Amino acid sequence: MMDYVWLIPLFPFIGFLINGLLGKRLPKNVVGTIGSLAVGLSFLLTVGIFLEFLQLPHGDRVVEKTVFTWISAGSFQAQAAFLIDPLSLVMLLVVSGVSTLIHIYSVGYMHDDPGFYRFFSYLNLFVFNMLILVSANNFLLMFVGWEGVGLCSYLLIGFWYERRSASDAGKKAFVVNRIGDFGFLLGIFIIFWTFGTLNFREVFAAASHYPVGSAVITAATLCLFLGAIGKSAQIPLYVWLPDAMEGPTPVSALIHAATMVTAGVYMLARCSALYVLAPVSMTVVAVVGLLTAFFAATMGMAQNDIKRVLAYSTVSQLGYMVMACGVGAFVSGIFHLMTHAFFKALLFLGAGSVIHGMHGQQDMRHMGGLRKYMPITYWTFMVATLAISGIFPFAGFFSKDEILFYSLVDGRVLYWGIATVAACITAFYMFRAVFMTFYGKERFDHHEIHPHEAPWTMAAPLIILAVLAAVGGFVGFPVIEGANKFREFLAPSIAMLHPEEHHAASFEIFMMAFSMSVAVVGIFIAYKCYIKKPDLPARVVAKFPVLYEYIYNKYFVDEFYDAAVVEPVKEGSDFLWHGVDEQVVDGAVNGSASTVVWISAHLRKLETGFVQTYALAILLGVVVIAGYLIGR
Amino acid sequence: MVVPLSHYLALSVALFVLGVIGVIIRRNAIVILMSIEMMLNAVNLAFIGFADYFKAVDGQTFVFFVLTVAAAEVAVGLALIVAIFRNRGSIYVDDLNILRW
Amino acid sequence: MQILFFILAAVALISGGLVVFQRHPLRSALWLIVNFFAVAGIYLLAHAEFIAAIQVIVYAGAIMVLFLFVIMLLNLRQPEEAPVIPYIGQKLLGAVLAGFTALIMIYAYRRASLPAGREVIPGLGNTESIARSLFTDYLLPFEVTSILLLVAIVGAVVLAKSKLK
Repeated sequence: MMDYVWLIPLFPFIGFLINGLLGKRLPKNVVGTIGSLAVGLSFLLTVGIFLEFLQLPHGDRVVEKTVFTWISAGSFQAQAAFLIDPLSLVMLLVVSGVSTLIHIYSVGYMHDDPGFYRFFSYLNLFVFNMLILVSANNFLLMFVGWEGVGLCSYLLIGFWYERRSASDAGKKAFVVNRIGDFGFLLGIFIIFWTFGTLNFREVFAAASHYPVGSAVITAATLCLFLGAIGKSAQIPLYVWLPDAMEGPTPVSALIHAATMVTAGVYMLARCSALYVLAPVSMTVVAVVGLLTAFFAATMGMAQNDIKRVLAYSTVSQLGYMVMACGVGAFVSGIFHLMTHAFFKALLFLGAGSVIHGMHGQQDMRHMGGLRKYMPITYWTFMVATLAISGIFPFAGFFSKDEILFYSLVDGRVLYWGIATVAACITAFYMFRAVFMTFYGKERFDHHEIHPHEAPWTMAAPLIILAVLAAVGGFVGFPVIEGANKFREFLAPSIAMLHPEEHHAASFEIFMMAFSMSVAVVGIFIAYKCYIKKPDLPARVVAKFPVLYEYIYNKYFVDEFYDAAVVEPVKEGSDFLWHGVDEQVVDGAVNGSASTVVWISAHLRKLETGFVQTYALAILLGVVVIAGYLIGR
Repeated sequence: MVVPLSHYLALSVALFVLGVIGVIIRRNAIVILMSIEMMLNAVNLAFIGFADYFKAVDGQTFVFFVLTVAAAEVAVGLALIVAIFRNRGSIYVDDLNILRW
Repeated sequence: MQILFFILAAVALISGGLVVFQRHPLRSALWLIVNFFAVAGIYLLAHAEFIAAIQVIVYAGAIMVLFLFVIMLLNLRQPEEAPVIPYIGQKLLGAVLAGFTALIMIYAYRRASLPAGREVIPGLGNTESIARSLFTDYLLPFEVTSILLLVAIVGAVVLAKSKLK
């Protein structure tokens, strides 16, 4: 079955073509079925390949399948080829599985939208690109997928393009991403220049001969990381993600929670062989991830739009994953990627259900007490929130705890300290969202809005994801020897920073208990603020008005970028437009034309029509020539 | 040497220049034609002068041909002038200017 | 002998000037005839008797008669030329250039280094010499000239024919 690995991206591509070209004429059920089926088939095929893969002996777990040679130029070759190894299989399973669920959900959610077929064709195109990204065996093909998901992100964020804010957000996402992509390309160039090939296995094998800390590898990894900063919304290129909430909620769930934004983390894990050779880059990665995790969490505290809270939460959790990679815990980063996909997708889909049930209302200040109207949504949302807060035995507990643990033993105490505080804040703002939405007084007009539960096409994915978010963490069970199946499976794909140490079991258990209690503290604070004493938040805000201003306005980062980057670029282009293009270029072209006209206006006067003028001209010529010849 | 060559040539030049002035200055097409004849005449004179100087008869043979050609040219030229006069009613070259811009 | 040359030269120059500057075309034609006669006289001085005779017969006798016929035919009796000469700039330029032409030719003569002239060789008469040259060395141009004359005749007849009513 592994020979058919190329079908995995092909199914959604065919779905894209059918829905894109014929979708307008097909009934909505058919469109939705084709879209979901395409991804579903990819998922089933992936599962099949996974089972076959498990049959392979442990030492032999790398398979490359080439479809065709894409570029052959001189001594350089770029293949369209797939790499099947533990890392890519994990990613493929997550991407195709979560995508299938979200496709099914979208059938219900987007039911009344006139652009229904367009939505599904874009979604399929996105899945196609994402699958290529995670299964490519060389940098160039991965970059194709990388760019492709960026394009689809733009198309899907700006799906309701008639809305100015939506199209602006799409543009912003694409442009900011591009900055990252520039770095990614530089990284690819450096790698090609140094190693002469772009194939992962060849590059990593050649790199192992380089000394630790070599300048070339540090430069390459830093440039590649710039791409991850853009794609995975780290500081300073995270600004596009909150605005990306302009897109439909399934888009936010799929692209900006579970899959596209994780591409940067995937890239870090894939290139772990390079990163472990560049301690400087690792430090940069860890610090950036840590800062992102912390600051995004603080920003999430003051948001009132339910999707924005989740957006900042995503940025923060991505920061955790990046930081994990930065301290060498690549496996933990990928583990958290997987669990995060489950519970974040669930959170977004649940939020979508709330918005759907509240007829488009997104502001939490106008919600409240919804748990009796939407029980399924409420319970699944609660499961996801418990997971993200890191409460045992839900999935997020295992992955987040691993990250915190490794940030302490492989990183520094400072990392661990800040990360733990951020975990507390995470728990706080997530439960704040839950309490404001599902508990308390009903702050909406009953006559206007009749909240109702989601239809089964939306509810079923919620339930499935909730189950995954509940038990998905058990594959990575710590402490007990041999229980961490996930780590065992993934280890061959990933380079180790230093040989694995054994830590005392009691130490590990103590750390687990500590992080969970920190989360409980956060929940308790949220409980006090939003259930027990609802006026407490307002009093706190009144005490620290400046701080609150800063947090509420997201530290004015967008405004700063606007003034420092966007305005100068606009001025520059204005100048190039009026000053250069209109005056210089057009001026030259028009000027040469008018010069010709002027010359001809004067030359015309020679054509008098009189024979005597022409005779005079002949005479003049004779005089000149004779004079020249004789005078020589 | 009865008459030195320079005299012949000087006279030839003077007559030629007079002819050129006539072509440029006069408006009447017939007079222009006459000035052209004068120019040809001047050239003939130069040829004869050289024939005399070099005691070679080729110069005179040339004059013979120039004379013939001049006759033919005058015939055709005058026929043209007659045709133009019939067409446009005027033989002043000033009036024949429809080929101007 | 030289005096004769100067007299004839003066006549030629004066009559030439009058040809150009006379207003009446008929008078210009007549002065041109005088010019041709003077030049014919100069040809005689240059031992070109045959050419002198041909000059009188063809130039003064045939061509000028043709001119006079056409002038009469077109009924150009009245003097032309408006008092104000149009395109005066052009004409001044023409005059200047004509002057330059003269200067150039004089300069050319001065710079030219001619071999010494020869003495008179008694021999054949003028007519015979020309005939000898014409029918041996320059036979081809002679024949071509006859065709040229034919073409000229045909052309003149065609051009000057009045339109069939």
